[in-house]
Amino acid sequence: MRVLLLALRRLAASLPTLFVLLVGLFLLLQLAPGDTVDALVAQIGGGDPTMIEELRRYYGLDVSVAVQLGRYVWRLLQLDLGYSAIYGKPVADVILERLPATLLLMGSALSFAFAAGMALGVLAARRVNRWPDTLISTLGLIFYATPSFWFGLMGIVIFAVKLGWLPAGGFEEIGAGYTGFRRVADIAWHLLLPTLTLALIFLATYLRIMRASMLEVMNLDFVRTAKAKGLSPGRVITAHVLRNALLPMVTLIGLQAGTMLGGSVVVESVFALPGLGRLAYEAVVQRDLNTLLGIVFVSALLVIVINFIVDLLYARLDPRIAT
Amino acid sequence: MRLTRRDALLSTSATLLSTILPRSAFSQESPRRGGILTAHLGSEQRILNPALRASTGVYLITSKIMEALVDLDAEGRPVPILATSWEGTPDGKTVTFKLRDGVTWHDGKPFTAADVQYTAMEMWKKHLNYGTQLQQYLEAVDTPDLHTAVFRYSRPMPLNLLLRALCDLGYIAPRHVFEGTNILENPANTAPIGTGPFKFVQYERGQFIIAERNPNYWRKDFPYLDRIVWRVITDKSAVAAALETGQIQLSSYNGLSLSDLDRLKDDKRFEVSTRGIEANAFNNTLEFNTRRKELSDVRVRRAIAHAIDVDFFIENFLYGQGKPATGPIPSSSPAFYPGGKPPYPFDKKKSEALLDEAGYKRGADGTRFTLKLVPIMNGEDVPLLATYIQQSLAGVGIKVEIVQLDIAGALTTVYRDWNFDLATGWHQYRGDPAVSTTVWYRSGSPKGAPWTNQWGWQSDKIDQLIDQAATEIDPEKRKTLYAEWVKAVNEELPVWMVTERQFFAATSKQLRNHHNTQRWDSSDWHDTWIAAS
Repeated sequence: MRVLLLALRRLAASLPTLFVLLVGLFLLLQLAPGDTVDALVAQIGGGDPTMIEELRRYYGLDVSVAVQLGRYVWRLLQLDLGYSAIYGKPVADVILERLPATLLLMGSALSFAFAAGMALGVLAARRVNRWPDTLISTLGLIFYATPSFWFGLMGIVIFAVKLGWLPAGGFEEIGAGYTGFRRVADIAWHLLLPTLTLALIFLATYLRIMRASMLEVMNLDFVRTAKAKGLSPGRVITAHVLRNALLPMVTLIGLQAGTMLGGSVVVESVFALPGLGRLAYEAVVQRDLNTLLGIVFVSALLVIVINFIVDLLYARLDPRIAT
Repeated sequence: MRLTRRDALLSTSATLLSTILPRSAFSQESPRRGGILTAHLGSEQRILNPALRASTGVYLITSKIMEALVDLDAEGRPVPILATSWEGTPDGKTVTFKLRDGVTWHDGKPFTAADVQYTAMEMWKKHLNYGTQLQQYLEAVDTPDLHTAVFRYSRPMPLNLLLRALCDLGYIAPRHVFEGTNILENPANTAPIGTGPFKFVQYERGQFIIAERNPNYWRKDFPYLDRIVWRVITDKSAVAAALETGQIQLSSYNGLSLSDLDRLKDDKRFEVSTRGIEANAFNNTLEFNTRRKELSDVRVRRAIAHAIDVDFFIENFLYGQGKPATGPIPSSSPAFYPGGKPPYPFDKKKSEALLDEAGYKRGADGTRFTLKLVPIMNGEDVPLLATYIQQSLAGVGIKVEIVQLDIAGALTTVYRDWNFDLATGWHQYRGDPAVSTTVWYRSGSPKGAPWTNQWGWQSDKIDQLIDQAATEIDPEKRKTLYAEWVKAVNEELPVWMVTERQFFAATSKQLRNHHNTQRWDSSDWHDTWIAAS
């Protein structure tokens, strides 16, 4: 109950931010030359002025920016995200269609990056300045410095084109009609490469943060005490160091949740996945304001929710942080 | 390596077989029924109705589901599809189409002249891009009986223009589905109902579209394929991977990057060719804003054209995919192509001489003047050409600043705000110069209409030629008029057609009867089949 109350309070506090964000973005996008009709005309290779005028009326672009903004805010207050110009259906539907793929990709990449980053970070910290540390840190640097589209494409070239082990792209086998466990396995199969690609860069960050944080905590007084009272090195690490070293990692998750939504544009394009990142990109190119604002709205909500969970986790990890 | 007799024998027989087999194998192969053809879709379309949106991306999907009155054959001649014959009156103001009997819509209703009448008057004339221009003098479509549609025009309409244009702009939509509804919001725009060989099944946004065999198709025993799947892949490198792993069997209209096209050209599994896409030629353009003082002088425009080595650009940037253009009508359009040579061959000395003559001497820093170039991103080659123009013009003392915008931004900047000195993009030729080519030169296009004359340039002589040719009934006279027009616009050069190019398709060699007409990727695929692998 207390948690629920807290959640509501947090949401209420975020509402003004959300509103400013949406209105700001709406105005910002007015600065981009061309509207959704220009983008449509570009896509279909031309059109005559009467048709263009009519389309502008159809998309509600024949009125002033102020009126458009007014209409948008009014709809938003009624919890209506409007109509998508690209897909010709409600933005809420379009986003709901894409959300599962995005969440799946993001969730698995984040979990993998977090788990592997933590493990490698601990390993590197325990063998600090010896060869395992050097190896892990070098790998981390390479992952961090390499653009993810390159990783993705190389993954495709090696594992799909040359070896034929994994599919080159797509979310699942089209028209195969799998159900139940078979379908889950099929989707997992398709998401393996994209997840790894997306995870590698984040893994590098987690690994470095974990290593640094471990090293820092290992020099604190209470660890020395633990050692002095005769605990085994393994027990010191798991029971005392790890728990305290995890705090910055958890902070990082909260920060990166937002980045991951945007960062997956590249991965989604390379692997032809129907995610939110690609939708957002398309919405910008096609100047589909409603869709773009809708995505920002959903992403912002997602970030708020994740940060809320992060706060709860803090409290669990470190009881001193009262909520 | 030791060569045994056995090896030698085997290899000779294999060589023999390989020289004899392919030809005989192809001619004797009988079509195999069934199978799924998976094609690449590069960008998702907002609506899937070719009677409302003329665009290759729309045709790629809907031409299998909906049908036009006519289509092109391998030689580029119009052939009957939903129309069985046509006839024009000598004054050119009436065209009568006889329509195919026994055709039904996918929902079971019969196809009649009322569908043609409705589509022509309510969609082509009111909404369809390029259709509204083509049909602007269409007064009415009469339907004396169920299978006759009489098009009445207030001005003469050349029959060869109409037929060629109708291959793209002549798709018929079902009247009973659209009548009385808001046409632009009708659900059939994203779940099309047609008369074609394939029926629409499913559209999963961002992923794929599926169509399946229409068992009641009017061509008996066609089509061969069970299904067609279009996969949405936006990343060009991913398209190549999908082709190589067999996830897709076809990518057309330059869906692959130039370098991948060049690489897969030598891959035995694929045919990389312009065959079957001849009807869609395009040019790289250089557009001049003649409101700018320097560019209002035709000598400067010519000097700029002379300063750019088009052959070098094609060879080194386009992997040889194209040739220098001779004018706005491409050589792939024999009905109108006047022949000739590229009007402004690379000649740096001449270019400098022309600029000096025009009074723009090099300044102390070697620069004559500065121009702003807006690339209109139709394809990956556009920024390449922009950079090449920048470097070439630096060589004759013209400094070029490139303004990077995405396509919607560039269209607004160039065609509505006129905020450019030079622009470069594509001109697409659509079978007849009157469809989408002469608008690049005719004056009077309202401000904001993209890919039209927004250059601040006007010539009475050229306007007159364009109008005359658009209503000339006699095909020979039309061709002569267009030849005269090409000569005149090459002379005046409000726009320079830099290259002449064709789209490339990469197709798996498992496919049979592919690219066997001039606009195959936008045709119905009724006779296409997949050989057993």
